[in-house]
Parts: sequence; structure tokens; C-alpha cells
Amino acid sequence: MSDIKKIKDDYIDKLNTENNIEKVNNIKSELFGKNGIISNEFKKLGSISVEERKKLASDLNNIKDELQNKISIKIQEIETKEINLKLEKEKIDVTLPERNIEIGKIHPVSQVIDEISSIFSEIGFSVEEGPDVENEYNNFTALNTPDNHPARDMHDTFYLDNSKELLLRTHTSPVQVRTMLKGKPPFKIIAPGRTYRSDSDQTHAPMFHQVEGLHIDKNINMGHLKGCLNYFIKEFFEVDKIKMRFRPSHFPFTEPSAEVDIGYEINNGKIVIGEGNKWLEILGCGMVHPNVLKNVNVNPSKYQGYAFGIGIDRLGMLKYGINDLRAFFETDYRWLSHFGFDPLDVPSNYRGLSR
Amino acid sequence: MKFTVDWLKDHLDTKFNNNQIIDKLTNIGLEVESFENSTSELDTFIVAKIINAKTHPNADRLKLCDVDIGSDKTIEVVCGAPNAKNGLLTVYAPPGSIIPKNQMKLSVSKIRGVTSYGMLCSESELLLSNESDGIIELKNNKYENKIGEKYFKNTSEKVIDLSITPNRPDCLGVRGIARDLSAAGAGKLKINKKSNLKYRGNQNINVTIKKEKAQGCTIFGSCLIKGVTNKESPKWLKDKILSLGQKPISAIVDITNYIMFDLNRPLHAYDADKIDNEIIVRSSSKGESFEALDNKKYILENDMCVISDRSGVLGLGGIIGGTRSGTEYSTKNILLESAYFLPRSIRKTSKQLNIDTDAKFRFERGIDPLSIEEGLIKASELIKQICGGEISNLDVKKIENYKKTIINFDPFLFEKTTGFNVENKELIKILEKLGFNVSKNKKILKLVVPSWRPDITQPIDIVEEIVRIKGYEHINTSEPVKTRLKPTLNYYQKLFHFLQRSVASKGYLETVTWSFTDSKINQLFKENDEEIPIVNPISSDLNVLRNSIFPNLIFYLKKNLDRGFKDISLFEIGPSFKGKNPGDQLTVIGAVRAGKVSRLSWNDKERIVDTFDAKKDVIQSLYEAGINKDDIIIDDRTPSYYHPGKSGGVYLNKNEKNALAYFGEIHPNIIKKLDIKTEGLVIFEICLDYIKESKQKIKDLKSEYKFSDFQKSERDFAFIINKNFKSQELVNIIKSVDSKLIKSVRVFDVFEGENIPEGKKSIAVNVTIQSEEKTLNENDLDNINKLIISSVESKSGAKIRS
Repeated sequence: MSDIKKIKDDYIDKLNTENNIEKVNNIKSELFGKNGIISNEFKKLGSISVEERKKLASDLNNIKDELQNKISIKIQEIETKEINLKLEKEKIDVTLPERNIEIGKIHPVSQVIDEISSIFSEIGFSVEEGPDVENEYNNFTALNTPDNHPARDMHDTFYLDNSKELLLRTHTSPVQVRTMLKGKPPFKIIAPGRTYRSDSDQTHAPMFHQVEGLHIDKNINMGHLKGCLNYFIKEFFEVDKIKMRFRPSHFPFTEPSAEVDIGYEINNGKIVIGEGNKWLEILGCGMVHPNVLKNVNVNPSKYQGYAFGIGIDRLGMLKYGINDLRAFFETDYRWLSHFGFDPLDVPSNYRGLSR
Repeated sequence: MKFTVDWLKDHLDTKFNNNQIIDKLTNIGLEVESFENSTSELDTFIVAKIINAKTHPNADRLKLCDVDIGSDKTIEVVCGAPNAKNGLLTVYAPPGSIIPKNQMKLSVSKIRGVTSYGMLCSESELLLSNESDGIIELKNNKYENKIGEKYFKNTSEKVIDLSITPNRPDCLGVRGIARDLSAAGAGKLKINKKSNLKYRGNQNINVTIKKEKAQGCTIFGSCLIKGVTNKESPKWLKDKILSLGQKPISAIVDITNYIMFDLNRPLHAYDADKIDNEIIVRSSSKGESFEALDNKKYILENDMCVISDRSGVLGLGGIIGGTRSGTEYSTKNILLESAYFLPRSIRKTSKQLNIDTDAKFRFERGIDPLSIEEGLIKASELIKQICGGEISNLDVKKIENYKKTIINFDPFLFEKTTGFNVENKELIKILEKLGFNVSKNKKILKLVVPSWRPDITQPIDIVEEIVRIKGYEHINTSEPVKTRLKPTLNYYQKLFHFLQRSVASKGYLETVTWSFTDSKINQLFKENDEEIPIVNPISSDLNVLRNSIFPNLIFYLKKNLDRGFKDISLFEIGPSFKGKNPGDQLTVIGAVRAGKVSRLSWNDKERIVDTFDAKKDVIQSLYEAGINKDDIIIDDRTPSYYHPGKSGGVYLNKNEKNALAYFGEIHPNIIKKLDIKTEGLVIFEICLDYIKESKQKIKDLKSEYKFSDFQKSERDFAFIINKNFKSQELVNIIKSVDSKLIKSVRVFDVFEGENIPEGKKSIAVNVTIQSEEKTLNENDLDNINKLIISSVESKSGAKIRS
């Protein structure tokens, strides 16, 4: 017994100072190998008396457990040390740049169209479209703007034929005509899209974007028009209060007609919407003229409602502080990166209109 | 329409101050463009301070002054005045100013080699005194805070500039504006003084309005004024004309202009002695010509309304007079014309000849047909008063009588349209003040529309009049009704939205370019489409509608490359035009990608973008948009602007004409022609119209969830096959061997060259095999392997590589 206790103590000491995994493994086989010291002690058990055997076996087992436990702890210790040492060597410079990120952007016009659609969707409008090339009838005549009407001069029109029958639509209003001709009232639509006028300077581009709105039902009056636009402007500019002014104006296709101004002020060179004493014209609207309703086979004594037209580019400029309209269409990589929106920024009601 | 407040007060008794008048005008629909002093030549002179005066490097007597003119930067001015010194406050004249003393216009000039921007002024130069020894010295305490402000007070009266909508010809005269203001409670419209003009003799120049189909004149009123002395206008009249922004000419011309702007009644004065016998109002014949008062010679078409005499055309009625019968200072006898011309005829003629005059602008919108006599009387009175002379009886020839417009108006329409109520009493008062004659028939109002309001023809116009005068602020704000009639977006709108963001998420910047383009670039991309020219393009390089999405994209890609960008990914989603009729257009996504992938990366190998980058982006976008992966076929039929060998189309059907999408390199000829300098350039396009709407919603499309837990095995095969054999077909052959067991086939190597016979290539594929019923044993797998090899060999002529 004292022998094996001594062996145990010796090996425990040995193990305590040992740091090499191979040597620990050698010790392990020295003790527990086929002819290992402890293995041999167990073999001896067969040749001693039952009485002694019990005692010795129990001692041996204890020593075996103790040594094995010590060995496995030691192995773990050494391994951990070695791994740590190895990992230490593997350290990399994580401040080196990541693999190239390719960032795409959504054009401000598209983003604003989506914002507008999201807002009007919330109050039950659906989206309609019409072609960019229109005939003279849909663009003018059906909209109560006959050929001899001076209001036509307000639209510098691009023509596709000499008889002036085919043209690039000067506004999105022909979508009203198309929508009403193909359906039956009630109508509740918006129609965003490209529009064209042969006009080009710092504040005008030959192509720009408008959104048309149309709501026709039995009892839709100017109060609804005011409410709808008030709601839209507030939502669009994401402000609680909006200063808004309806001013009488004239469009051949609405009667009564109005232009809508919003209040603003310039604060530190930036435009602040909804406050201040200055007025900015942002849209035209009115009650759809009975002549227009007749032209699209809607009975004006039964149905009435409003229409509006908003300049999309201009709204975007105001909301996002863009100064130059022409830059919208010049495809300058720097401008697109600067003013573009992340494709995941999908305007929606539940997630918020914008970040 | 410009006028001064004083002029307005000729017609309106008002206690309103200027700002109240401005607000009122805006509120009743007469939009105020501006309310400013008419500009004066003295406006440019401003108070300035010399910050630093140093000696001119090339001239001892001159000084170089840094001058603070109230803007961000100081201005450098060369000055010869001995008293120019630091801190002096004086008067600065910028380039463009006109110096009162000598009427010289200043320009930027070099004085002894130094550029001088404008000048510092002496009192004598500004005609303030004879002091010319030095520049003005302004008192510190008075002017220290006025640097940058105008030195001279503008004493001219402020001018209101209204933007009058085309429906309101009556407000193209000051009296009409006064009438509107009075209806809106801004004062009382003054009553016109009764004329006590005495007439002598008859208008003895015979006037005939020819009864012709195209006759553009229905009334021609005139009178003769004999023995006048034409002269400069008196100051009050000159001031009125100046406030309009026009130049006074002579009393007679100024008077006719004044009446036009005052009463919206255009007139024309002829030198009666230059008229050959008689006045004939008739339609022109093609080729007739005359010299107009704008000193241009006009050659007429058929059916233009002309005022003529026996010798020919005198002028275009209601548009412009001619020089032959124009009045001069020497004119002794005048024929004064006050007529009614049809808007339609005026508009047609002026468009054809491209003439715009104040008279044309008014007649085109509709002049009061009952203002013929009033115009003649008012003008004659003034002419007599200023130029003397005797006035003949008025001669009014008509071929048509004015018919009153009568509207039966149910006041309920007002509330129905505007959502609020106005008492009948107030409503009637507004209408009467606007000039309506109102009588009541039970609930219905019978309204006689004033002759100066051609725009009012039906009850809804009456609603507008009342709500406009009452004020739009009375309209209530009703909360929006949220009722929905149908879904916000239809399938194609959703697709648009989805693909747009899908492409952008792959690193492309969205752009929006014109729908028109340069025909020279367009023809490289237009394939067999007809060119669609714009008759009146904004410029010659935007002269056709784009037949393809690419001409502008490529154009702007080049611009960005020229700006020094190397790696560019751009896309646009929008129309491309296939014909010139409405609806002949497709909605297309076009994308371009230039340069390199992983440029200057420290850990990735950089490479030039290639067709398979474009293919990945297009295919992934289509998957994301809901196109089923197994439904698409790649083919090498592509439009001619693609590289014939390095491009492909994505089809749903082998024999379909139109691909959903194309991808690949641009034809090298185009790159050369457009002089595009880039390392690599690939493009893709998706045509949204060719994607078919699935009838099933996603909830119907999700199939039963099945999976297999049995072991799967992977086997690699390498085949030697004809070089032109498409990998897609090889994959399909393998899949068709056992579509249940073969889960996937991936091409992982393609190789030509060493050890591969000429005209052949080696394709290596990895095949995943898995059963849904059992674990396959070696035998099963061997059988499949053999089947794969034999099928491929027999169907493609390939040989397995051993």
C-alpha cells in the first residue's frame, strides 16, 4: 500500500510540473498502459487473499481515479494553453477594410412617388396610369380645353405630328379621362407619372413628374378636397401642423378651381415647411368641371367630386432640400449617391414614411 | 396686368391700405405676382465703405480700394479721388450702372493693368452738386448701418403686377379689378361720369363689314376726330403709361393704350387722311401683305380678319395696325376704331403669324361687346382735351347682335359643391356687385350675366363666383373618407415597385432620364422600331422619343466615366417607345455596369465585370420578383446592340419572340462609335410587360412541404463535349435521367485547351442524388451513374472523361 501511495505521490508531483502533452501521455501509459504500473498492481490483486484484496482494490481504485483525474485536468490545461497560444498568433487586423460594399440607391422622384402612393393608399386611393404619348382629345379637348382656348398657351406642348393630333402629355390629367371612360363611378384614384412641356430653364425641365388625384362620388364637395389635401400635405412633410391656403384660380377642367399655397420660412438657409409668413404654391385643384364629366359619360347631376395635380419633383425638392430641378435628370453619379435612398427604405404607413 | 394703387383708386373708393388690397386680390383669385416700385436707373447706386485704400501699383495718383458693398466679398475698385481713404462711406456704382451726369454705362474695365469692378462716385457725377474734386463722403452716423442699401430712394409709385387667368378678360382692365374688389367688400366702385361730349357732323368714311363665312369681326364702331394737334402726353398720362412698363409715344397712341388698360377696351387710331376712301373689314386672301407697327412685314394666309381700304390691307383687326395709316405728330384727322373681334379668329391668326400684342391678348380672351361706344367716347374726350379737335357722331356697324347669357341658378348647388351655406341675401348681393342682374323665381335665381364675363356660361360658374368672393377660407375641412374601392396597386405596378428596388439593392443607382433622346444614339439601339421624331424638340440632340431604354443611360454613363468614375452601376425603369400612338410603349428596366469588381481590394482579386455579373443580377431580380426558376430558359437570341457572342436572353418559352430579359456585353462597334472608354461594360434589361401575371396568389402557390431525411450522395462527372454544346442542355439531359432522384446538377468547371481535342471542351458537373424512400446503396448509385453517362453520351455526343 505504502508503495503505491508513494508511486501516486511521485506521479502527482511529476504531473504538477509537467507542461508537455506528450510527456503527460507517456506518464499516462507508464501508469495505465498494458504493462503500466497501476495496471500491474491490479493484476497482482488476483494473487492475494480476499480480505486484503478488498482493501487494496479499493485503495487502488481511488489512486487510479485520482491519477486519471489529474492527468485529464493536466491535458486540458496544456491544451487550453496551447490553443490560446495558437489563437494569439492567428490575430488579424480587423480594421482592414471589409470586402467591397455595393450600395444602390433609389432616385428621389421614385421615392417621393412611393411616399405619395403610400399616403393616398391609407385613405383609400388606388393608383392608375396612362401613356406618355396622348392624343389631343384626352390631353385638352376632353378636359374642357378646346383648341381656341388661351389656356392651351399655358402648356408648351411637344407634338409628334404636324396636325398636332399626337403629343406628349402636358399633365397627368388625361389619366382622369381614361379612368372615367373605362369605368363607372365612384372613382378614387391617384395617377403619378412623367409629364412634358417644351420649356427649359433653371426652374423648368422639359420633362417632370406630376401626380393626379381624382375622387368622384355622389356627395364629394370642396370640404372633402380641403380635408384630403390637408391630410396629404401633413403626412408628406411629416409635420403635425401645416399652414395651408386655398386661393381661387382657374383651370379649364375644374370649376371652382384653387391653387394651394403652404406657409414656410427660411431658417439658417434651410426651408422650414408649415411655419412662417411666406407662401409657396405647391398644387392646383378644384371640383371636376361638369363639361369634363359629360365628356367621359358621367352624369354631373348625379356625381361630382374633386381633382388635383401636384408637381412631384417640386415636393421632393422641398422635403429633401434639393435646390436644382435640372439635376434630377442629369444622372450625375455624385448627385444620385447623395440624394438617392436606400432600396430597403420602402415608404409605408406602419414602418413610417421615411427614416 | 400692371397698375398702380392710385390708378385703382380712379375706380374704387376704398379705405383699405396697400397690404389689405394685395391680400384681397389674392383671396379673390387675382394672383399678385409682385408689388414693387417700378425700376429706376438710380436703383443700382448703393452705399459702400472703403475697407482698404492702397496705392495703385502702376499709377501714383490712383488708388486701389477694397470696398464693402454689403455682400459676402469686398469688391476691388480703382479710384482717382484724393479723398479715398480707409473707412470712408461713399456711393458705389456697379458695372451696368448709368452715370447720371454723362449717361455713360459702366463696364468692368482695366485701369492701368488692374481690373476695376465699378466705380466710386462724386457728387457731380450723380448730379447732386458741382463738387467733382473727390468722391462723396457720407456721414457715418447716418449711413454706417446702410452699407449695401440703395443710395437713392425710389420715389416711383409701387406697381401691382397681377397674373390674370385666361378666363378673366374683364380683369385685364383696371376697372374690372376695381369691380371685383368692390364685390369682395374692399370698397365702392365709382360711378362713371356721364359724358357731355358734343358731336359735330357724321363719320363720313364708309365702313363695311363683309358678310363672309370666316368673318372675324362682328361690330365695328368708329368716329372721326378732325383738326387735332398730336403731341407729347401730359405728365399724368405719361406716368400711367410708364407704370405699365411701357414707353409713352404720343398723346393719341398713349390715350388709346390708356383706355385699353383702364377699361379693357382696345382701340385703334388711324390717320384718317391716309385711308383710301373707305374701310372694308374682310377676310384676307393668301399672299396679301402689309407692314405692321412693329416694323415687320407680314404675308397673310387666307381668312385672316383684316381692316382694309381700297388700296389694300391697313392692319390685322384686333391684333396690330399698319404703318401706312399710323398716326404721327403731324396727324391732323383721326379715325378712331372700337370693334369686336371673335376670339377664335384672333387666336388662329396670331398663332399663324406668331404675333403677340396687348390687343390680341385681350380680344383672344373676349372683350365686352357692349363697350364699343364707351371706348370711343372716353378716348374722344381725352383726345379733345389734350389734342383739341372736333368729334363726329359715332358710327357703329354690326353684322350680329349681342345675345345676353341667362342662367337659372338653384342656390342649393352652391352648398352641394362647396359644402357650406351662404344666405340668399348675401349671395344676391355678391352677384349684383359683380354686375349680374338678379331676379327671383321661387327658389331659382334668374341671372343675366354681365357682357364683360364671357367665361360665365353655366350654374357651376356662378358657384365659383360666389365662393371666390366669399372667400375659400369659409370652406370646411372634412376628414378624409378612408373607403377603399380597390387595391392600391395592380400586379404590374407591384412588379414595377418590386423590380425597381430589387435592382437597386444589387448596387445600382437609379436614375431618371428624358423620355426623348438623340436620334443619332437612338438609331444604334432602335432595332426595327420606327423612329418617333418630335416635331418641336427642345434641342436637336433630344429630337426623338427613345426606342430603347439604353441611349440615354449609355450617354450618361459616358458622362460619368468622363468625370473620372471607373466603376459605375446605373439603372432606369421607365418607358421605351415602340410607336407613336398612345400606348405603344413598354415599361423597361435598363441597367449598365462598367469597370471592375473588387477594385483595389486588399484581399479579393480584382476583375473586369463580365456577362455573368449581369446574368446574376438579372436572374436574381427575376427570382425575387416571383419568376419560377425552373420556368426560364436562357437562349443566345439577343438584339443587335448586344455583343453577338457574349449575350443572352431569358425566355419563358423556347420559341417565344420576346425575351423577358437580355444581358451581356454591348456590341463593340457601339462602344467604339460612342467613344466609351472603360475596362468593361455589361448591360441588362427586363421588360415588365412580357412578364405574365400569375393568376394565383402566393398563398395558393406554396406547395405541400416535403423533405427527405435519407442520405444524399454526390457524384462528379466530366464530359468531353462539342465546344458549342450549351451547358444548360447538358444539365437538362442529366436532370431528365431521373427527376425524382436527381436533386441538383451544378456545373463546376469548364475547360478548353491542353489535353482537350480541338473544337471540344470539358464540362465537369456535380450531381446530388437522393431518394425520398430509402437510403440508396452502392448498386442503386452505380445504376444511376451509368444511366447518366449513357444518356449524356447518346443525347449529346459527349464522352465521359476518364
